[in-house]
Amino acid sequence: MVGIVVISHSRTLAEGVAELARTLGVGKARVEPAGGAADGGLGTSIELVERAVAAVDEGDGVVLLADLGSSVLTAKLFIEDDESGTVVLADAPLVEGAVAAASMAAAEMDLATVVAAAEDAYSHRKV
Amino acid sequence: MNGEQTAAWIRRAAEVVAADADRLTRLDAAIGDGDHGLNLDRGFTAAVAALPEGAPPGKTLIAAGRAIVSKTGGASGPLYGTALRRAGKALGDAEDVDAAALGAALRAALEGVQELGQAVEGDKTMVDALTPAVAAYEAAVPGGDIAACARAAADAAEKGAEATVPMQARKGRASYLGARSVGHLDPGAASTVLILRALSDVTEGK
Repeated sequence: MVGIVVISHSRTLAEGVAELARTLGVGKARVEPAGGAADGGLGTSIELVERAVAAVDEGDGVVLLADLGSSVLTAKLFIEDDESGTVVLADAPLVEGAVAAASMAAAEMDLATVVAAAEDAYSHRKV
Repeated sequence: MNGEQTAAWIRRAAEVVAADADRLTRLDAAIGDGDHGLNLDRGFTAAVAALPEGAPPGKTLIAAGRAIVSKTGGASGPLYGTALRRAGKALGDAEDVDAAALGAALRAALEGVQELGQAVEGDKTMVDALTPAVAAYEAAVPGGDIAACARAAADAAEKGAEATVPMQARKGRASYLGARSVGHLDPGAASTVLILRALSDVTEGK
């Protein structure tokens, strides 16, 4: 199953989005939060991203969702260093993207399909 | 420049960042989230602690960059970390690097920062200090030693940073402020000046 990692400056935001994606998504997806700095304060930590990716990686690839700024940069840097080549940053809104990706991942879709679902979440208008 | 001088640059950069941390944080509080000085101080303190004994310049910069990536916490971590790691990779295993080699490393650092952050000149970011700095460094390479090139780079970075004041931010947290970002010095450009001034001072034997 494709794994999903939610990267945010805020530990509680990442945990909340991961919880939403696990429960609102259709089926049981593997979603891990990587939120906050290593000391628990606001910020991003590449080590927390590493740990979360390792926790959800079953060999079918991992989708990263990031909130803004350094979360995005940290995600890109992680991918640059990652040798597996199967970790992808989705260009997607954090909450909707995580929920869409979780549903697709739980349906055992492949990495490209899960990423596309997350990125397609941009087109779901609210008004 | 040998490995020991490279390590001295990182140590000096850490000193000046620590000394100016409050100013950087104040600049960032005006148009960002007010943590730039604190974050960079933490990152460079980690970089100094990670400096390898007796390593060549390239390995020294890679080790410093890696520490900055993991310990900084804000956007400056991935950006400065990438800059130092790319510079280090460009220097390879050479024990002693000349002015031209260091210039190529600085060019690689700039390219790494732009690739990661997608900023161009005029966006009100560190790129506005680093781009003219690398150009000035390269222009000084024919006939110039590392100290002369580094001084040209630091001077150009300072002018580039000052030029960010009237700009409206198009990248980074400040871009959410729109026109309200005008009239403030970009903190990332300001810290780029500090780091290049540290290189200039150390290579001049100050």
